[in-house]
Order: sequence, then C-alpha cells, then structure tokens
Amino acid sequence: MIRMENVHKAFDDNHVLQGMNLDIPQGTSMVIIGGSGTGKSVALKCILGLIKPDSGMIYVDGKDAQKGDRDAFLARFGMLFQGAALFDSLPVWQNVAFRLLRGSLKRPADEAREIAIEKLRRVGLKANVADRLPAELSGGMQKRVGLARAIAAEPEIIFFDEPTTGLDPIMSGVINDLIREIVTEMGATAMTITHDMSSVRAIADNVAMLHGGVIQWTGPVGQMDASGDPYVEQFISGSAEGPIEAVR
Amino acid sequence: MSPISLLGELGRAILNMLAAFGRVALFALDAVSHIFRPPFYPREFGIALLNIGWLSLPVVGLTAIFTGGALALQIYAGGARFNAEAVVPQIVAIGMVRELGPVLVGLMIAARVTSSIAAEIATMKVTEQIDALVTLSTHPMKYLTAPRVLAALITVPALVAVGDIIGIAGGYTVATQNLGFNPAAYLKNTVDFLEARDIVSSLVKGAAFGVIAAIMGCYYGMSSGRGAQGVGRATKGSVEAAAVLILAANFVLTGVFFSL
Repeated sequence: MIRMENVHKAFDDNHVLQGMNLDIPQGTSMVIIGGSGTGKSVALKCILGLIKPDSGMIYVDGKDAQKGDRDAFLARFGMLFQGAALFDSLPVWQNVAFRLLRGSLKRPADEAREIAIEKLRRVGLKANVADRLPAELSGGMQKRVGLARAIAAEPEIIFFDEPTTGLDPIMSGVINDLIREIVTEMGATAMTITHDMSSVRAIADNVAMLHGGVIQWTGPVGQMDASGDPYVEQFISGSAEGPIEAVR
Repeated sequence: MSPISLLGELGRAILNMLAAFGRVALFALDAVSHIFRPPFYPREFGIALLNIGWLSLPVVGLTAIFTGGALALQIYAGGARFNAEAVVPQIVAIGMVRELGPVLVGLMIAARVTSSIAAEIATMKVTEQIDALVTLSTHPMKYLTAPRVLAALITVPALVAVGDIIGIAGGYTVATQNLGFNPAAYLKNTVDFLEARDIVSSLVKGAAFGVIAAIMGCYYGMSSGRGAQGVGRATKGSVEAAAVLILAANFVLTGVFFSL
C-alpha cells in the first residue's frame, strides 16, 4: 500500500535519508525503530508531503504520493503527533471533530459532536472531557484525544509518531493496546515510529530498523529477536557497544 | 579582514536582505490570494475581528486621547512664540488625522496584534499544530493567515477613525478646559478645516498598516525556528519589521497623497 523507493532527504549538510526503501502492505502495522535523529519522523512527513524529499519516489496504492488531489490524498490519513498537537484554542470535541466541521467531510455540528464523543469513548475518555480545553488535560489524556482525532474520520492509513513518549509505563501500555485494537478493528494500515521496544512488541506486525539514512533490517516482529542484524540486536539490548555509535 | 572579503560580506548581506524581501513579498501575495479563494473560515475571521479590532480599542483610545491632549499643549506653546495660538484646533485636527492617528494606531497594532499573531502561530509551529492542520486537510494560509489579514484590513482603518476622533477630542478637552478656547468655535474650526482627502488618506494608511501588521505577524510565525527561542525571535522580529515597514509605508503614502 505504501512504498518508499530510494528516498533521499538532506537538511543543509545533514543527510538524513540516504536511499530509504520500505514497503508497507495494506492492513498491516509497520513499526519503524531507530535512534533519535535517524530520520524516522522525516520519513513519515515525507509520505504525508509535509516535507518534500530531495529525490526518490513515494507511492500510496501504486500512485505517486506527490501528485493528484492533495485533499483527497490527505483525507485517507490520520495522524497522532508526538506531542498530540492539539489546537489550544479549541475545546476537545472540536479538536476531535476538526475534519468533520469543515472541508469535504463537513457535517452538522451536532452530528460532529456526537461522533467526537463516541471517538473519545473509544479511547477511554468520558463525555465530560469534550468541552474542556487541551491545556486542562494530562499528557496521557492529550495523547488519547490526539488518537481520537486521528481516527475520527475513519482513515485508511494511520500514522503514529512516538505515541508513548513522555508517558509513564502504565499509560504507555494503555496507549499501545488502544492503537493495536483500533488498527485491527478498523482494518487500517498503520505506520508507527518509536524507540520504545514495548510499543514495538505491542503494535507491530512488521518492524523496520532505520539507521544511517537507510533501512538496515525489516521483517515480521516475531523474527526481530532472532534477526541476526547487529543494528537490531544492539537496539533491542540497549547496549552502548555495537555498530550504532552511542555518542551521535 | 581584507577589502575583498569585506566586499564579499557586504554583498552577502545585501543578497540576504533582498532574498528576505522577496520571501516576504511572495508570502504577502500568497496570503492575499487566499482571502479570495475558498474554503473560507468565518469563525476564524470573526475571532480575528474581535481580537484585532474590538480588543484593541482601549489601547488605541488611550494612546489617542493622551496624544491629542499633548499635541494641543505643544501647538499652543509653539504658536504663542509668533502669536498663532489660535491655530490649535486646525493643527490638532490635521496632525491627528493625517499623521499621528494612523501612525500611532499602526504602531500600537504592531505592538499588540503583530506580536500576538507571531507568538501564537510560532507556538503552533513548534508544537506541530501547523503540521496537524495540514494532515487534517486544512491549508494553514487559509485557516490562519487569510482571516487575520482580512480582519486587519477591515478593522485597522476603523480603529484609525476612532483614534482620530478620540485624539481630536483629547485636544478639544485640553484646549477648552486649560487653554481658554471656546468649545463651539474649536469644533467649528476643526470641522471647517478638515477636507475629505485628509480623512481618506488616514483610512488608506490604516488599511495599509493593518495589512502590514497582520502579514508580518503571520510571516514570522510561520517561519519561526524551533523551541522557545524560536518563538521569542519570531515575535521580536515581527514587531521590529512591522514597525519599520509601517513607518516606511507612512512616508511613501504621505508622499503619494501630497502629490495628488
């Protein structure tokens, strides 16, 4: 469903992606792992068109992601941002129903609010959260609202950018379980970037290890521990010894 | 430093400045073009009208009334040196309407509105809210910039008109209460002296300054760097640029209206 072919991206002399290749089959959950600053978020933003790659091709359903109707393209995606990226000035329900209140998916405000409350319930939040502002919520609740917003328009493809960063282990577990459940239930194609191994095991069907601007290893999550790849092994063990430099 | 490298640095600085002007000009054209192209966001436009227009009234009113009062005192003191104290109503009126009203309102808007727009949009950028807008199929220029620029285009001339009236009222109060002017004669002299083109120039300047203030806030916000420092730099840069551009535009527009 999503294919990246020889994608390059540099910021001045920092060559972040150096020929990244990746395939994500439809209806599967791909988790990209890799150290901080290795280009995981850049790869994700290149697919969405938030960052333009210097070279290489990105296909979604066999079509060039950089061509065609942009609104229709983006309407297929939902995304949970690392810091949730909720709009401070809007109450929670309007954040969740943002897409349903404007643009091609617009519907009456009452209906949009009902859907928002239903999605909030789906991520374990009560209806009384709907009228609060994002700043009044804890980090974990903000992530859940971000997740509710990502799934509100029932997208075919969902991206999760560091979904558990900054959360305690219990809340991380809750978010991981929610992501797994929702992705399975919706039959969506998911791409998650993380360096949290508990998230990888909870969310992934397939795993890809990004280092040095290229995918070093990719395979089913069940084969990850026995991959034999030194990058993956070092990343799983968290050892300072190995091909990944501890000081970057 | 050798003369060649000095020349190189100078050339680089000039090129950077020209490039910055080019980026701002392209951004401004893009922003204005989005005002006329759907989708439109009436809620965001309404909020911008309230924030830029209504909520700026207190600061504009206070600035204008004190300036008008001080202007009356200065003109009276200066005029007394050559027995021309009687020109206070005319000079206060023309000074406020043609020059001080639009410029002071413009600078107040730069301080209050440009800084607020830049800080808000820059914070949205560093917290990935702008990226979130894009992923939600919403064009940031349409959602954030166009409503603010249109609201400033409409409300700042209105604020200038209010500032002009309050400034003249400040001069009137000081002249009639402290300087012994006859109230009816003061008002008659003010009304008789002002021409339609004085008022038109004031409103045109207000519209231009409003657009400058909003565009600089949006531009610096959208091009903000990372973190708190990036937000701070964007805010500071937006106010500096807006203030300088407002004063430069005032000079140009004054020249244009003089030549008419």
